[in-house]
Amino acid sequence: MRKYVPKGNVQKQSYYTDRFHVVPSTPRTKVETDDVFATHLKTLEAKITVKSSRIELNCMVVEINHEDNFKALEVLKEECGYAMLSEMSAVDYLAKDKNFEVFYQMLNLKEVKRMRLVMRIEQGLALESVVPLYNSANFAEREMFDMFGIVSNNHPFMKRILMPDDWEGNPLLKTYPLHGDEFASWYEVDKIFGKDARDVIGPESRDEGKIERYDSKRFSRVGYEVPFGTEVTPGEEVKTEIEYSKTFLVDYTKGESKTIEERK
Amino acid sequence: MQQPNKLSPFFENLNFERDDNTMVINFGPQHPSAHGQLRLILELDGEQVVKAHPDIGYLHRGIEKMAENMTYNEFLPTTDRLDYIASTSNNYAYALAVEKLLAVEVPRRAQVIRTMLLELNRIISHLFFIATHALDVGAMSVFLYAFREREFAMDLMEDYCGARLTHSAVRIGGVPLDIPSDWLANMEKFCANLEHELEHTYNALLQENRIWKMRLENVGVLSAEDALSWGCTGPMLRGSGIAYDIRKEEPYELYGELDFDIPVSDLNDSYGRYRLYMAEMTQSVRIIRQLMPMYADTKPQLMAHAPQYISAPKEEIMTQNYALMQHFVLVTQGMRPPKGEVYVPTESPKGELGFYIKSEGDPYAYRLKCRAPSFFHTGVLQQLLVGVYIADVVTIIGTTNIVFGEVDR
Amino acid sequence: MAQHQVNYTSSGGLPVALTTVDHLVNWGRSNSLWPLTYGLACCAIEMMAAGGSRYDFDRFGTIFRASPRQSDVMILAGTLSKKHAEFARRLYDQMTEPKWVISMGSCANTGGMFNTYSTVQGVDRIIPVDIYLPGCAPRPETLQYALMMLQKKIRKESANMNKNTKQNLRLM
Repeated sequence: MRKYVPKGNVQKQSYYTDRFHVVPSTPRTKVETDDVFATHLKTLEAKITVKSSRIELNCMVVEINHEDNFKALEVLKEECGYAMLSEMSAVDYLAKDKNFEVFYQMLNLKEVKRMRLVMRIEQGLALESVVPLYNSANFAEREMFDMFGIVSNNHPFMKRILMPDDWEGNPLLKTYPLHGDEFASWYEVDKIFGKDARDVIGPESRDEGKIERYDSKRFSRVGYEVPFGTEVTPGEEVKTEIEYSKTFLVDYTKGESKTIEERK
Repeated sequence: MQQPNKLSPFFENLNFERDDNTMVINFGPQHPSAHGQLRLILELDGEQVVKAHPDIGYLHRGIEKMAENMTYNEFLPTTDRLDYIASTSNNYAYALAVEKLLAVEVPRRAQVIRTMLLELNRIISHLFFIATHALDVGAMSVFLYAFREREFAMDLMEDYCGARLTHSAVRIGGVPLDIPSDWLANMEKFCANLEHELEHTYNALLQENRIWKMRLENVGVLSAEDALSWGCTGPMLRGSGIAYDIRKEEPYELYGELDFDIPVSDLNDSYGRYRLYMAEMTQSVRIIRQLMPMYADTKPQLMAHAPQYISAPKEEIMTQNYALMQHFVLVTQGMRPPKGEVYVPTESPKGELGFYIKSEGDPYAYRLKCRAPSFFHTGVLQQLLVGVYIADVVTIIGTTNIVFGEVDR
Repeated sequence: MAQHQVNYTSSGGLPVALTTVDHLVNWGRSNSLWPLTYGLACCAIEMMAAGGSRYDFDRFGTIFRASPRQSDVMILAGTLSKKHAEFARRLYDQMTEPKWVISMGSCANTGGMFNTYSTVQGVDRIIPVDIYLPGCAPRPETLQYALMMLQKKIRKESANMNKNTKQNLRLM
């Protein structure tokens, strides 16, 4: 029987972890240690339920319910002075906690403070779009939709942004392999030439270390090159005379060599 | 959805036949002034743009996905290909984010070299901006002059790290190499030359040029509120009158010790932004001039000492058993940073370049998000292009200075 | 009366050059290769540098054209993503015969370091390529060398060229 491999996370995993390896954590402090952050948090807590809060590496991290995202950003923009939404995206925790973590990275230019609003959302649920507050969310939410499939309600143009419109799958999910699935591997062939051309063109070569000895179209036949497209049968290769520059492919074991003399 | 093939291509469900008087034109993805692979779908009323719809993703290479499948050191050369005009600033932003996560102190000599490289890179990127922007607007000779100066800067870069475009000159925990022997002297020569050229060539060619001013003034006007709302950073934000430079406000590296000014323009238009780029180059020269004497009184250590995360210097690896073992583990398994998340902003030539890294304690990042300034600057095109004439579209794309490596990632 | 007639037999050479049509046509083709400005990614910057002041591509008779209709050679400079692939093929189809393709950089050759879901693993999957130019990113000199290799290749070809027909049929 084959060994069961969990398919929830097909990204590369560490092949060896020491049994006694204890994962340390980044230093986290309470929000009360910083006066400015503390007032911001208090303003936020007055309007919204805050699940947890901390300061991690100069950045306040506040966790809220995902239903409150629009309201929270409104408070942060109007009352706390976070005038810019630097970035927003999601992290896939489907394999572990069965939900996504969506984060909004905010910047207060006046007080030079950065904070991150964090929320968990289950797959299939939609967020409220924050485009009316921050236009920068326009592209960012589309990218999140494209990469994770998290829909934003009331977004002006909720379509894929980076991948083509007719793409299948959300590339940044942990279940999506790096090299792409079946659909992705034939995408350009199907689109340009149609599915019939699959046999002619052949599958993609995804192995970085692969050397095809008898492939006359690539560069793997040093010393045995043939003109483009020549058919070579295994075992019957003919050594072709090829002009190389004189320093290339010198057999250092035989004959005189200037380089070896110099090294000696 | 229609089945596209070669004979009936697929146009993303856009209606080209319309009932009203507007006309839809397609711009790109292969267009010489699209700065790469921007595709703009413009709705025109006569000569005026009614609606602009930037279509991006033609250079999407899955760099964020790659980051989840690579160890932290493996990923560093990939960051070169984000904003490929200023590779070092990407390397640096990534390295700084990982260093913050690891809580590693970088030795001072490495800091000096890094800051110098960053500013040299800023000059390279800004010269490229001037060249392509002028070329788009129609001034061919500026392109030739700016590429001449850019080649001299690339020579310096090449002397240091051996590559012209994809440097990987900054590593996690420091820099890999010390600077070559006559590098500082060459740098001084380059700085003097650049200052002279900025004054006598570019300013003379462009600053008061009637055509240049007519093409740029009051084109692409972006108010301060809009700039903030659209997430504009860097010269786009400072061109709208908001003096926010991360080097000054949230100093990293040696910027806290250096004396330099932040040019701000309240013209809000393309011409103001062009003046800003020119002024920033002068400031970069000023920073490099201050850094050169600082190099002499630093200790020769180049990489941080953190055996848990960063390999020892090569001499130690070759001579000491324990350093070799550490190196072996770090290369085969990769470093395991603490569990946590970090977002570090840096001021790249384009704007705020930040890396958000979520670490679960594995050698592979659980999630890496690159906050690319150009991505948001492409979004502004939806607003900036509305109402302008079609001839100004190229100017506005040029003035945003977008690079598609980091827009699409 | 001034004598303006040159005595060719005595002044070394006839006003006729003997050649084949192949040579003449290929001489013309190879010395005025106009590439399409098809910058895709990082390599496009090096392509621009090759056209810039230090490397001066114009001396090869190489003038970058913005329209595929006017160009002879397509330099695919950079990563070709799957989203862009159909446009690359459409541009290639728009170019007039004879046409050649230089695949510039590792990404265009094989997908390079971007072994991911969204990258075409080698542009030869969709377009027949004449010259593969390795490097990430190749230096401008390398691009110039590739162009010289292409010139060499063109000079060896027959002028009545239908070399792409086979490839096109194969990929249709």
